[in-house]
Amino acid sequence: MIFNNQKFKKMISKRFVLTFPPEATGEPITYNLIKKYDIMVNIVRADVSPGKIGHLVMEMTAPAKTLKEGMVYIRQQNVECEPIEKKIHYREDLCIHCGACSAVCFAGALTMGRMTAELTFDPEKCVVCELCLKSCPLNLFSIDID
Amino acid sequence: MSEKRSIEEINEKIRNGKAVVLTAEQVSAMGKELTPAEITRKVDVVTTATFGPMCSSGAFINFGHTTPPMRMEMITLNNVPAYGGIAAVDAYIGATETATPNDTYGGAHIIEDLIAGKDILLQASAKGTDCYPRTEIKTLINKNSINEFIMFNPRNAYQNYNVAVNSTSKLKFTYMGTLLPAFGNANFSTSGELSPLINDPELRTIGIGTRIFLGGATGYVAWNGTQFNTGKPLNEYGVPVGNAATLSLIGDAKQMNTQFIKAAYFEKYGVTMFVGIGIPVPVIDEEIAMTVSIRNSQIETNIIDYGSGNFEILGRTDYESLFSGEIPLNGKKIRTAPLSSVKVAREIAELLKNEIAEGRFFLTEPVALFTKTTGLNNLDIRL
Repeated sequence: MIFNNQKFKKMISKRFVLTFPPEATGEPITYNLIKKYDIMVNIVRADVSPGKIGHLVMEMTAPAKTLKEGMVYIRQQNVECEPIEKKIHYREDLCIHCGACSAVCFAGALTMGRMTAELTFDPEKCVVCELCLKSCPLNLFSIDID
Repeated sequence: MSEKRSIEEINEKIRNGKAVVLTAEQVSAMGKELTPAEITRKVDVVTTATFGPMCSSGAFINFGHTTPPMRMEMITLNNVPAYGGIAAVDAYIGATETATPNDTYGGAHIIEDLIAGKDILLQASAKGTDCYPRTEIKTLINKNSINEFIMFNPRNAYQNYNVAVNSTSKLKFTYMGTLLPAFGNANFSTSGELSPLINDPELRTIGIGTRIFLGGATGYVAWNGTQFNTGKPLNEYGVPVGNAATLSLIGDAKQMNTQFIKAAYFEKYGVTMFVGIGIPVPVIDEEIAMTVSIRNSQIETNIIDYGSGNFEILGRTDYESLFSGEIPLNGKKIRTAPLSSVKVAREIAELLKNEIAEGRFFLTEPVALFTKTTGLNNLDIRL
């Protein structure tokens, strides 16, 4: 049996954005991903509150086949599940630090330093919602496809 | 006896390299510990600055004459229309002008590109007259080929401005940036305690003829700005709550620097221009010492609903809260974001401070002070 253990299969880590409908599903999705599918789950960012569309950014680690099964399971719960295959590219050298992009960054990847008044971009927190692309008055954000 | 000094005395100190110059942020910090009388004794000049999007901006250009000459009528610069309803080869390019309403490239880009030294395509047509026979022209111009390139901005440096929120369920794209639905964010656009007209709220030292920093060059206050309104209610610190006084500014765009003039595009709104402005405030008496010491917590403005279309005032907040990253409204906390760059405003205040302290920039007595107003006229639809 030990040879069937996932530890010996090629593990893949991938980030996903889960979008929850305003009405709660009642299903313990992350619990089931871990318990039933043996997927390692790392929650990067959560913005879920009752009655509103919620977002969950998480990294899932498992063999490719298991990851696919996990995605099918999530979607069966009426939750959108999109792998993050894009990255935001930011032209920091041309930035004037106005802060207009930070207004729309609900993921908290674009923030203004209170003392420095400078913009900071943390790609680790970015959920690639792409709102910054339209909000930057100098058009300094673009999409890189992995 | 209260402390006083004249602008001539301050200029004499600048000439001798003895003037004490601080930025508005530095003097605000000083104001926590020193009295206005002590500040008047210690400080000669306070530098203020702002770097925000200012739509009411543009430039006059004189292209020079061709042989045979032409009285240009329909004029475009890189296909962006310029106003030609003035003398032969003069034109005015407005910052927000675009070739089509949906264009992301416009007058502000032309101005920035010209300042940067780039070539711009000039096309013009005319009916032709006996004295100006040419009817068509297509050529390249740049800042060295043209005669005058005069930035003239009818309305800049708003004394204070609204905070924009969106009460609706839809994402709104405005000149106050992107507003998330259901009060998802609150956007504001002044540099707070660094803001020029906040530091001299009654405009006692800033008037017609005041020498300033404009876009990286020396500029001047030409007149009061359009929509100049000194009739706004004041808070307990004497600061107008909401948008009040404005300035009309002029300067030689050939000397400007694209670090301080930046073309911008706001989604589904249009083209505008970030304009860098620095204004020195001479500490002529204790009253000015008190106003330049104003802190972000003492400057208040209105929170306005830009989503619903009726611009209802929903509340009031102060700049300390706005810069903290969130403000309370109706029992909830809303994330805030600036649209005007405090980082660049600080650079301008620091640059101007050094220019004055090192004897390269002298202060001016206003030629005339602005007339107070009681409010603005609305446009009535009479037909």
